[in-house]
Amino acid sequence: MTEPTNTIEEEKIQKEIHKLLQDFSSTRENLIPILQAIQTTFGFIPQEALRETAAFLKISPGEIFGVATFYNQFRFTPPGKHQVKVCLGTACHIRGGDIIMEEWKRRLQIKEGGVTEDHEFGLERVGCVGCCVLAPVVQVGDIVHGKMSPSVVNGILLQCELAKREEDKTHNETE
Amino acid sequence: MKAISLIIDNQKVSAQEGDILLWVALKNGFYIPNVCALKERAVPFAGCRLCFVEIEGYPEPVTACTETIREGMVVKTKTATVQKLQRAAFELILSTHHVNCGHCGKNKKCELQKIALHLKVRLRSKRFRLIPKNLPLDESHPLFTYDPDKCVLCGRCVWLCREQQKVGTLNFAYRGFEMLVTTFGDSLAGVANCTQCRKCVDACPVGALLFKEEQLIREEHNA
Repeated sequence: MTEPTNTIEEEKIQKEIHKLLQDFSSTRENLIPILQAIQTTFGFIPQEALRETAAFLKISPGEIFGVATFYNQFRFTPPGKHQVKVCLGTACHIRGGDIIMEEWKRRLQIKEGGVTEDHEFGLERVGCVGCCVLAPVVQVGDIVHGKMSPSVVNGILLQCELAKREEDKTHNETE
Repeated sequence: MKAISLIIDNQKVSAQEGDILLWVALKNGFYIPNVCALKERAVPFAGCRLCFVEIEGYPEPVTACTETIREGMVVKTKTATVQKLQRAAFELILSTHHVNCGHCGKNKKCELQKIALHLKVRLRSKRFRLIPKNLPLDESHPLFTYDPDKCVLCGRCVWLCREQQKVGTLNFAYRGFEMLVTTFGDSLAGVANCTQCRKCVDACPVGALLFKEEQLIREEHNA
């Protein structure tokens, strides 16, 4: 899955989008619900999807690009296998969430919103995860890590690395 | 249309009822700084915050582009309060503008140079921290170049392209400090729907959008 989108995948995307667009009427106010549906289906918004949506709603692709890039909730690159969400809401900010963010950036060598080259990790900032008493909070996939410190970042990375090795081992054995 | 008269900077001016104050003032030789205003635009953008004036009876300064004239209106365009607002707005615009007049195709025709002279503000203002965009110059369009570092986000080109020409090639994208005038996928190379109407380049008040042919003539002239 790490190779760039090829024609087969593009066709697959197109098919999925046509199926998804059937649930919507072709009116401007459906733009954001459609973008949300695309993101739910693919985990991100492929450029092809923006073009299809533009044709469907009869809005210029440029205008849709403008709307989609305005909102933080939309992303245009596939997320990492482990999506790291660093909370920088009020409580986490006060408890040093930015230091945690810096540590992730340093360790993963990516910027906010970026994905590592091997597509293992993606990094993003979020508003509030909803458990401020555990601040500073980081959510990796579905697991919430509370009372974070830079050294715990190391621990999480190690855990993921070990889990991956285990997975590869069983994968190789079954083959 | 009824003719009415008003007073701008102690001078009596006559105009048509329903006219917009900014255009009346400019037509009668009273310069009010502005970059985002477009005569064709029924609802003004009022985004550049440069065209402030004081009107007698109003509690605070207002933007001239959003003001319809009335009989007997008394307008002042150069009071200390107005200039303070204009200078702040102008210097904020300059804080994200790549000032490089000597090598800019818009040199001597640039609205920012005109405003700097009018407000007696230096173009290399030190008042606010500079936030350069540092984005590459896009030369991929056959007709014109686009330099996002020079763009002041006045929105003239966006409105003309989308609302007047109904094309929608140029748009605002991203948000906050990252906001840009851009095209689908951030490259002019991929714009299939540009009709080359030239309105965007004609309307650009700064050197962000420039015709390639003009730059060639300029380079030859300088050589």
